[in-house]
Amino acid sequence: MSKVMVVTSGKGGVGKTPSSAALGAALAQTGQNVVIVDFDVGLRNLDLVMGAERRVVYDLVNVVQGDAKLAQALIRDKRVDTLSLLPASQTRDKDALTEEGVKKVIDELREKFDWVICDSPAGIEKGAMLAMRYADLAVVVTNPEVSSVRDSDRIIGMLDSKTVRAENGEKFEKHLLLTRYSPARAARGEMLKVEDVLEILAIPLLGIVPESEEVLNASNVGCPVTLHNPVSAPARAYMEAARRLLGEKLDIATPTAERQGFIGRLFGRKAIA
Amino acid sequence: MSLLSLFTRKRSAPVARERLQLLLAHERALEGHTDLAAILQEEILAVIAKHIPIDRDKVNVKLDRGSQVSTLEIDIQMPPAAKA
Repeated sequence: MSKVMVVTSGKGGVGKTPSSAALGAALAQTGQNVVIVDFDVGLRNLDLVMGAERRVVYDLVNVVQGDAKLAQALIRDKRVDTLSLLPASQTRDKDALTEEGVKKVIDELREKFDWVICDSPAGIEKGAMLAMRYADLAVVVTNPEVSSVRDSDRIIGMLDSKTVRAENGEKFEKHLLLTRYSPARAARGEMLKVEDVLEILAIPLLGIVPESEEVLNASNVGCPVTLHNPVSAPARAYMEAARRLLGEKLDIATPTAERQGFIGRLFGRKAIA
Repeated sequence: MSLLSLFTRKRSAPVARERLQLLLAHERALEGHTDLAAILQEEILAVIAKHIPIDRDKVNVKLDRGSQVSTLEIDIQMPPAAKA
């Protein structure tokens, strides 16, 4: 049974695209057939984060409008052969997508892949609505920061009312992925703790991705972090999150701050969990 | 900044948590009902307009949701000529 999973957040800049890439790659690394679909029509970036920006010929809009076949638009990843990407259009706007058109493409993708990951644009407009519309489950990407938590709460409300599943009265699975978490700052009382965010949003936790320079390093070179540096803390967090999505019961350890000595604090060295 | 404040740095996370809890409790209460006041206004207006000529701008419907009591306030200014 294939699954359609939307990666969403409401707020921009919280890490939806790197998280889509990392979760997609991690799932594909376990042997699952995965496609990641970029829904950010007009502002595509998944191709860049995945290192496929020079291989885009046709895109989602071309397929929705019938100008290209799905197989022509899909880009197979060169590192993991069970991973594919369906890019968004860079030159069109969001109105180029229609509900029926998106449904048709998603139905077709369901037949070919085990996982269809929809990388949502920020906001609550048409693009974000279409990205979640046909999903079976959602990963809500949240930073431990007030505006991100508020927007996530809004998005959770929409997942429970605007998706086809919700409208049919079916259960809609939602998972929280807490990204850019800094254990040292949380310990000092300068950042919302994991428990705080969980208590406020009240959806199950999928994983905690610590703030790490490895995430930027990976996107700099166009490679999902799970492939770029598999032993790094964020890569391990994403790989464990992927295993949880596959049904494994793994405990989620809250990253802890590295104890810093006086000298370390003096020079403000970053604590890496 | 006094010397003391260097040692008693205020923790900001609990403030964030409290502000969010308050705000979201309010926003969740409104979720899905944001248009209710507008819908009520239209329908109430239609009913009254059947019997009394009234000015659309002089009808005000306000919906307040509190934790204990919610109130629906309907304020209609009658035109001086209209005596039903």
